[in-house]
Amino acid sequence: MDQAKIKELSKISAEIKLGALEGVFSAQSGHPGGSLSISDVLAYLYFNEMRVDVNNPQWEDRDRFVLSKGHTAPGLYAALALKGFFPREDLKTLRQIDSYLQGHPDMKHTPGVDMTSGSLGLGISAACGMALSGKIRNKDYRVYAVLGDGESEEGQVWEAAMFAAHKKLDNLTAFIDWNGLQIDGAIVDVVNPTPLDEKFRAFGWNVIMINGHDFNEIEAAVANAKATKGKPTAVIMQTVKGKGVSFMENQAKWHGSAPKQEQYEQAVAEINAYIASL
Amino acid sequence: MADKIATREAYGDALVEFGAKYENIIVFDADLAEATKTCKFKKAYPDRFFDCGIAEGNMVSVAAGVATTGMIPFCSSFAMFTAGRAFEPIRNAIGYPHLNVKIGATHAGITVGEDGATHQCLEDLGTMRTIPGMVILNPADAVEARAAVEAAINYVGPVYMRFGRAAVPVLFDKETYKFEIGKGIQMAEGKDVTLVATGIMVSMALEAKELLKAEGIDARVINISTIKPLDKEIILRAAAETGAIVTAEEHNIIGGLGSAVAEAVCEGCPVPVVRVGVEDTFGRSGKVPPLLEYYGLTPANIAAKAKLAISLKK
Ligand SMILES: Cc1ncc(C[n+]2csc(CCOP(=O)(O)OP(=O)(O)O)c2C)c(N)n1
Ligand SMILES: [Mg+2]
Repeated sequence: MDQAKIKELSKISAEIKLGALEGVFSAQSGHPGGSLSISDVLAYLYFNEMRVDVNNPQWEDRDRFVLSKGHTAPGLYAALALKGFFPREDLKTLRQIDSYLQGHPDMKHTPGVDMTSGSLGLGISAACGMALSGKIRNKDYRVYAVLGDGESEEGQVWEAAMFAAHKKLDNLTAFIDWNGLQIDGAIVDVVNPTPLDEKFRAFGWNVIMINGHDFNEIEAAVANAKATKGKPTAVIMQTVKGKGVSFMENQAKWHGSAPKQEQYEQAVAEINAYIASL
Repeated sequence: MADKIATREAYGDALVEFGAKYENIIVFDADLAEATKTCKFKKAYPDRFFDCGIAEGNMVSVAAGVATTGMIPFCSSFAMFTAGRAFEPIRNAIGYPHLNVKIGATHAGITVGEDGATHQCLEDLGTMRTIPGMVILNPADAVEARAAVEAAINYVGPVYMRFGRAAVPVLFDKETYKFEIGKGIQMAEGKDVTLVATGIMVSMALEAKELLKAEGIDARVINISTIKPLDKEIILRAAAETGAIVTAEEHNIIGGLGSAVAEAVCEGCPVPVVRVGVEDTFGRSGKVPPLLEYYGLTPANIAAKAKLAISLKK
């Protein structure tokens, strides 16, 4: 990927972070940590990869995106707003009683959201269903899902993994956000789901390990997934929870708490400084 | 103004209190220990606390196995992920063999607030009520929550306890309050209509009584904290003596307290029963007070439904 493209995507990723934090700050509720860890993959997919039409969110042949770790909706909403599915200024209505931006993704009320999620483990199965339907109907759309590493403790994730491999869903790519943290602490301390690469491989998947904050590696992984026939692909992304905001990085407590005014100002200043440095 | 404490706080405190006396209590959680308040037990008795990770079906089934060995397992997550996600394991691994597992389900109902519909469980009383032998406790305040935990420990068999996220008024006096599984409590005398409430709706039913009083209507108020087995005696007596009933619950009007009361009244002493609850719809994100307003979980709505119930009397 050329430098100009990397710069462009880096800026979009930073804008996604700003949008996610604005929503969580104004709601004084929501999940910043896991929204920040996926802003790079969201930027890549929505701005360099996925075939979507903001004027026709229900377009039948679009690529699909399922945020299986639905609690990180603030990140997704920011990406969708920047893409043009709805006005950027609506991000601050997150979680308000009259808002279409629900605490967890709601496909019936938010343009661009392809699947309702929030109960961990369900989204990856729904993504399998979208991919299966694409196969049955000879559609060439691709399906992308983002899962949490903590989420991979759900048995249903492995039921879906078995299903996807058995049905040869090579149109499905699952990104596992390996940020190392869940709510009660480090995933290796709660109930260790690693090694995730060997597990997915044993379940019959094509597995790629990448740095989830490197656009070149994301690009190569997506290309590899597209070139792989007969198997779904798991992209295990090593990431930093809270990435881009110094005091949120690698802190379990920023999983689901909102910044106060001063913290918010500092976070915005850090991200703006990063944008200026690009 | 009365103190306000969330029943989940009282649950966590009670686990610590009774954990000292009963050394065979062990506690499981599914990556929500801070939220469910089992973190208090974890801190006090780290050797008897086990985080199962985000795997609720496994957690309740592990608890079933532990119960077969004579220990008393408590397992906690949000109501949505126990009574909802883990319904079938609870039914088949706990309910069917009638094992001594206590399920401490927190964040029940609409008062989850901002997390929205995927997390606002409005079905748990319904799903749990259909399991034979399942005891269902839905305390109205922190005092009753503590007492419910103690009663659950002393009862041998499966118990589902429903706790809330939001702080709610303390209604009872810890020193004098006596809790008995299967017994409703008459909170206020009345002869024109009976308000049968559970959980957070009990304090609202008491407020509704005052609203009705201003209009010359004398409402009886009953707290039903054991949804199952239901105290039919207190309800049928109320039906006979007041001739009209309103139920109030932070749950879908289908399947919960309203259904249970209507079933009992239809079979035992038919009189009008009008249900206050979430009217067969999903929740949504928002702050708690506007949400309660939005879904009609208010004293004003209970009072309005009381007048409707009275108008339906033969
Ligand atoms: C079935 C289910 N159980 C529990 C929860 C509550 N919950 C929300 S987020 C979370 C932790 C998720 O950790 P991870 O998947 O690692 O997400 P990330 O670190 O990317 O935020 C939990 C337990 C839920 N949403 N769904
Ligand atoms: Mg994680």
